[in-house]
Amino acid sequence: MFDDIPDLYKDQTADTEEEGWRYVIGDRDARRPPELLTRDHVARCIVREVKAGRGSPHGGVFLDIAWIKEKIPNAAEHIKKKLPSMYHQFKQLANLDITEEPMEIGPTTHYIMGGIRVDGDTQASTVLGLFAAGECAAGINGANRLGGNSLSDLIVFGKRAGEYAAIFAKENGHGTIDNDEVERIAKGTLEPFEREGGENPYTIQQDLQEMMQELVGIVRTEEEMVQALEGIEQLKRRSANTFVPGNIDFNPGWHTALDLHNLLTVSEAIARAAIERKESRGGQYRDDYPAKDPEFGKVNVSLKKDADGRMQIARVWIPEMPVELKQIIEEMG
Amino acid sequence: MTTATFSIRRGGPTGGEMVDYQTEVSEGMVVLDAVHQIQAESASDLACRWNCKAGKCGSCSAEINGMPKLMCMTRLDTIPLDVPVTIEPMRAFPAIKDLITDVSWNYEVKKRIKKFKPRPPDAEDGTWRMQQEDIDRVQEFRKCIECFLCQDVCHVLRDHAMHEEFIGPRFLVYSAALEMHPLDTEDRLQELKDMHGIGYCNITKCCTKVCPENITITDNAIIPLKERVVDEFYDPVKKFVKLFRRRKHDR
Ligand SMILES: Cc1cc2nc3c(=O)[nH]c(=O)nc-3n(C[C@H](O)[C@H](O)[C@H](O)COP(=O)(O)OP(=O)(O)OC[C@H]3O[C@@H](n4cnc5c(N)ncnc54)[C@H](O)[C@@H]3O)c2cc1C
Ligand code: SF4
Ligand code: SF4
Ligand code: FES
Repeated sequence: MFDDIPDLYKDQTADTEEEGWRYVIGDRDARRPPELLTRDHVARCIVREVKAGRGSPHGGVFLDIAWIKEKIPNAAEHIKKKLPSMYHQFKQLANLDITEEPMEIGPTTHYIMGGIRVDGDTQASTVLGLFAAGECAAGINGANRLGGNSLSDLIVFGKRAGEYAAIFAKENGHGTIDNDEVERIAKGTLEPFEREGGENPYTIQQDLQEMMQELVGIVRTEEEMVQALEGIEQLKRRSANTFVPGNIDFNPGWHTALDLHNLLTVSEAIARAAIERKESRGGQYRDDYPAKDPEFGKVNVSLKKDADGRMQIARVWIPEMPVELKQIIEEMG
Repeated sequence: MTTATFSIRRGGPTGGEMVDYQTEVSEGMVVLDAVHQIQAESASDLACRWNCKAGKCGSCSAEINGMPKLMCMTRLDTIPLDVPVTIEPMRAFPAIKDLITDVSWNYEVKKRIKKFKPRPPDAEDGTWRMQQEDIDRVQEFRKCIECFLCQDVCHVLRDHAMHEEFIGPRFLVYSAALEMHPLDTEDRLQELKDMHGIGYCNITKCCTKVCPENITITDNAIIPLKERVVDEFYDPVKKFVKLFRRRKHDR
């Protein structure tokens, strides 16, 4: 990885394995080894290795931590103490001792950076009375969430969302509910039980998953994403014709049938926004636009439903950073 | 690829029957993978609880070939596949549907245990000072993922259904974590003896054997708690001192 360090991080990243090791053992003059670069970069490096034919037997790469025994005494104990879950999981699930052998690893979905557009202070969305916090909300992590930040996000903004939702509820009372609409939706949810001969929802979910992984995954191009949008349209048609047996009690097949609508909506939003953003930034890497474009740094891509139920896309300006935040960032250098 | 048969409990709160399903198994699969495959292929309404598929959330507890285990951490290559693999819900709790049980009793029990009550901060800035070895002692108990497999296997709950009288190994672990915490000032010994039924445990160690987090439940949590209860209520010297103190107080 030493030959592929993004310019932005060059100054903070070690040049040699020797320097990387010194960092690991606490030398304050040494810089971070490149394995500790942001996740998106590490994931792309893995994909590149696999594509170049240097992958591991199951299509990933090897991660070796056992080699530290050449460097420190009691390495096995040290690993077990520092990474107890990882040691336990590899031992139990793969029958592999990570203090002795390298692990086989590969990138998987870890986090969704986009989401419901909310006000940064109150967490109120643009739908009156709907508040969102956590992974389903957008904004706090920018283009790339850093490790550990989700937990802090949940605690801080979950509390805020709850408080502001309570204030909103007190001030506004409850709205009116359109009973006909409720009935129509409730009836719609039961349709999969009646469509004898319809398709198994699991098959559709799996097809969607595979297609999104392949066409809107770690490395993206416009051509592939347009193909994905077509695929999503087909899957939407299929999802309207699912059949599930049984009744509404704890029925995972039925839940999958109902989830499809949301899964397809989110997939389409991701693909459309990713096509619109003609640059690479954080978690989004475009092979056809590999560089960061400062103009795109000033906008968010926002999607909403138009009167015909279609997705409407727009670029919206990112608000100026509040003075006190700017100050903190400047102070940190 | 080989095909294996899984005999899975189907049905609602009462009755229920074992139904056989066949599915293809491959390298690296765990029991939960097989259940998911069966859901996708032939029984989409088969109910099972799961969330993390990493042995961390404690929701996929079941009895696999009669043994209380996490479905997501049980590799297929550790069980014989030439005969049907049975998968049943935990027996110590009421069944809801298929593999799902109602474990809410556990949450009610937890509420009855006195909360953590730390001593006043040691330093002006509101922080405390603790010895590493004191913290190490309770660290093990904090690994609990609340899978309730230990509750399921304990004969006091499983065979004698003494859910009213006995809180079960999970909550003895929880009580131990609080009682042995270096900062805690609460006293839970009276309840442990009277309402929480620590005396019903006869140290069979079955709970320790099934714990997926390898917590030494019996030796490190229950026995020390039992000793504390004995010291507090049955120690003749202490009893005498207490009597004396009370008399003094009476005067
Ligand atoms: C493997 C992994 C490791 C991670 N490690 C870290 C870490 O070390 N540090 C860190 O900060 N972050 C980490 N994260 C990220 C972090 O765990 C998540 O971002 C965070 O848990 C999200 O919390 P949430 O409450 O916003 O959403 P979730 O925890 O996803 O909760 C959403 C809930 O909504 C429910 N739900 C969904 N649809 C419906 C519906 N239609 N009706 C009703 N309920 C519904 C779901 O069942 C779920 O319970 C990790 C993520 C992964 C995948
Ligand atoms: S050791 Fe005690 S708590 Fe554990 S299973 Fe045996 S009787 Fe139950
Ligand atoms: S003590 Fe072990 S077996 Fe019992 S609930 Fe906790 S993790 Fe599960
Ligand atoms: S699914 Fe979370 S412990 Fe098994």
